[in-house]
Amino acid sequence: MGSLQLLPPTASSHAADMDWLFAALLGVSAFILLLVFGLMILFCVRYRKGSKVERGNRLGRTWRVEVAWTGLTFAAFLVLYFWGADLYVRIHSPPGEATDIYVVGKQWMWKIEHPGGQREIDTLHVPVGRPVRLVLTSQDVIHDFAIPAFRIRQDAVPGRYETLWFMPTEVGEYRLFCAEFCGTWHSRMGGTIVVMEPSDFQRWLDSQDPGPSLAQEGEALFRSYGCSGCHGGAGTVRAPRLEGLFGRPVPLEDGRTVIADDRYIRDSILMPKAEIAAGYPPVMPSFAGQIGEDDLLKLVAYIKSLADKTADSAERPAP
Amino acid sequence: MTTATVTGKPEEPVVATKNYLTEEGTTLRSWLLTRDHKRIAILYTLSLTVFFFVGGAAATLIRLNLVTPAGIFTPDIYNRLFTLHGIVMVWFFLIPSIPNTMGNFLIPLMIGAKDLAFPRLNLLSWYLYMGAGFLALFAILIGGVDTGWTFYTPFSSLYSNGYVVLALAAVFAVGFSSILTGLNFIVTTHRLRAPGMTWYRLPVFVWSNYATSVIMVLATPVLAITLLLVAVERLLRVGIFDPALGGDPLLFQHLFWFYSHPAVYIMILPGFGVISEIVPCFARKPLFGYKFVVWSSIAISVIGFFVWAHHMFVAGISLYAGLVFSLLSYVIAVPSAIKVFNWTATLHKGWISFDAPMLYALGFIGLFTIGGLTGLFVANLAFDVHVTDTYFVVAHFHYIMVGGMVSAYFGGLHYWWPKVTGRLYPEWWARIAALLIFFGFNLTFFPQFILGYLGMERRYYAYPPEFQAWNIFSSAGASVLAVGYVLPFFYLGWSLFRGKRAGSNPWAATGLEWKTPSPPPTHNFDRTPTVTRPPYQYRPEPEPQDV
Repeated sequence: MGSLQLLPPTASSHAADMDWLFAALLGVSAFILLLVFGLMILFCVRYRKGSKVERGNRLGRTWRVEVAWTGLTFAAFLVLYFWGADLYVRIHSPPGEATDIYVVGKQWMWKIEHPGGQREIDTLHVPVGRPVRLVLTSQDVIHDFAIPAFRIRQDAVPGRYETLWFMPTEVGEYRLFCAEFCGTWHSRMGGTIVVMEPSDFQRWLDSQDPGPSLAQEGEALFRSYGCSGCHGGAGTVRAPRLEGLFGRPVPLEDGRTVIADDRYIRDSILMPKAEIAAGYPPVMPSFAGQIGEDDLLKLVAYIKSLADKTADSAERPAP
Repeated sequence: MTTATVTGKPEEPVVATKNYLTEEGTTLRSWLLTRDHKRIAILYTLSLTVFFFVGGAAATLIRLNLVTPAGIFTPDIYNRLFTLHGIVMVWFFLIPSIPNTMGNFLIPLMIGAKDLAFPRLNLLSWYLYMGAGFLALFAILIGGVDTGWTFYTPFSSLYSNGYVVLALAAVFAVGFSSILTGLNFIVTTHRLRAPGMTWYRLPVFVWSNYATSVIMVLATPVLAITLLLVAVERLLRVGIFDPALGGDPLLFQHLFWFYSHPAVYIMILPGFGVISEIVPCFARKPLFGYKFVVWSSIAISVIGFFVWAHHMFVAGISLYAGLVFSLLSYVIAVPSAIKVFNWTATLHKGWISFDAPMLYALGFIGLFTIGGLTGLFVANLAFDVHVTDTYFVVAHFHYIMVGGMVSAYFGGLHYWWPKVTGRLYPEWWARIAALLIFFGFNLTFFPQFILGYLGMERRYYAYPPEFQAWNIFSSAGASVLAVGYVLPFFYLGWSLFRGKRAGSNPWAATGLEWKTPSPPPTHNFDRTPTVTRPPYQYRPEPEPQDV
């Protein structure tokens, strides 16, 4: 039946921070709780009906007391707020060198794709001590990728990319859950996070069916869906080149500027009319409903792999 | 029942010759067509009790299933059970609980009016509630719904196989019942106060229901529209929330919580009102900081509209939205804390007795404080990333809704029982029930905080074996809690026939509702009372009571 566990395993760089925050919240709460309960019990005993204690000189000027306890509570609350806000911002700011791993949720499994093309279902292998950035989406309903030992979770929302990062600190196996109700087998939609020594991890990667990498598969799709016809530079239609695009600012037709991240690439494939790059006619057809989440991820990975390349300037039409 | 002996005024005839229970006749027809706010309150109380036991039965089965890690029921049955539990308890018990029963009965009495402003609307509100209730029960009986009470899209709109549209229709309809009641209370409080009953002489119970009514009238329409949109997407495949059709699933969450977070305050504010009546009466002292208690209710009802996205910290909202909504959630914790401090300070230098209503009230303060403080945990941006959608959240809101609101409901039920029925209940049984509920509740829900931090997710019919020990504690507590909730059903029922006659004011309480016989006559007061003093003018018991 298991013993009475009090804390989950602590296995990521966020976990210890979270436990300290928990301790601070517990501390403030315990103080207020003991104060309220202590006073209540004290008053109930001391001023019970029939006790002979002096009851004269009751508190007048109640507003002073009110202002005092309102101010003090609010000050304590603010400290907790900033503490939590700071950690939240850190949880959402992945370090630049983090490895991207793509996760697609579907009823009722987690499909995981490593940048090298290795695929897993319901299991995620990661190296200890290296930051990992997860890019999450869902193929059907909302799911939630939750790893209690890492103290993190994030909804996987269909039609969107959500990101989340962590750095495992302890080798071992930890539980993965789906935390957003997603239908009949919600409770069984989970698995294992396997944290390995970097060398073991490399061996594991190598032992997997090597296959083409995500970006290579994306490149093939880029041709088969006909993207290269316009974006490849050889066609007659003037379309933006994608080399060197990823991660850079893109000026839009309506005057705004967006960063070309996973979300922008994905939205531009599915809703090309939503954010038109300045200077290009909005002629691209929507691929919504034609490209599945798996293929979208590969296309995004391919375009991301072009980030460090430059288009042959001779091929680029004059602006 | 010692307080009953010092009412400080000569007893009037033990049974009022004319009272609302008999005056209009005793036929079923006279009840079903009544426009008397007190009779409608009784109709509500009876129907709410049925729904409370339906929702409670589902909770019992849920706790039974969770005794073993593998579960007992199939996942589809379990998913229908927690959906049923949520929908019935939220919309058919908690939201109408105190306003539609005690609010209906007491607001006109407390402000010295003959009835609510719109008696026919009041009856219509009950019929809407019943119609919606039957629709919900029908949906459950023909196969149930498995979306959870939150109806998250696109699961509810395109993937769920249950009778989602029927359930949506039931919730849609019961919303109109809330709106009508809210409207009625607002107009009544503005227009029907007795001479001399200024706003600052209103009992806090009336203020609380007023604040609640404002939320009901402003927030419920948003829920109605949202549920309608889900039905439209489900039936007509119009893309609103499902990205596959071009919709946005987060839009649903924003709209849903724009109603459902204020709804949390619909569920708890009336409870604050009840406690603010009971504590001064049994501490024999005026309520400490009356104006602060009143304005904190109003503040809660206003700020409550601006905290909704704290339900969505991991759902994919922007970082900046998270920062703002978390801050506002900390702000709204302050007025709740003010109330707790004021009730505690009311006890200071009082003359405290521990009759059953007071035990419920003290239990409420304790449980609500724990519920409120754990609210600080889940309002915390980073902490929420670890515990949202776990049992930590389940425990937190049950401390507020069940530990808080249901304790207040039972406290109010005992406090005004003599007024409503004219009879006293057996005091010791009532005290035993109050204690069972307090300890049973803590045993049920405290382990769930730990389970949540360990990572047990919500809405799991089966779970990893390392979570079993705490689940067994929780289920054991639930059986104690169940006994605590069933007991009053028996002794209160018994008291209807055998209870001692109560007299008009068994607690020597202030407040206009105690100045009319128990049970009150149909028109409440023979002469419209005139109010000359603020509420809660209690004095320590040895002094003569001036009530």
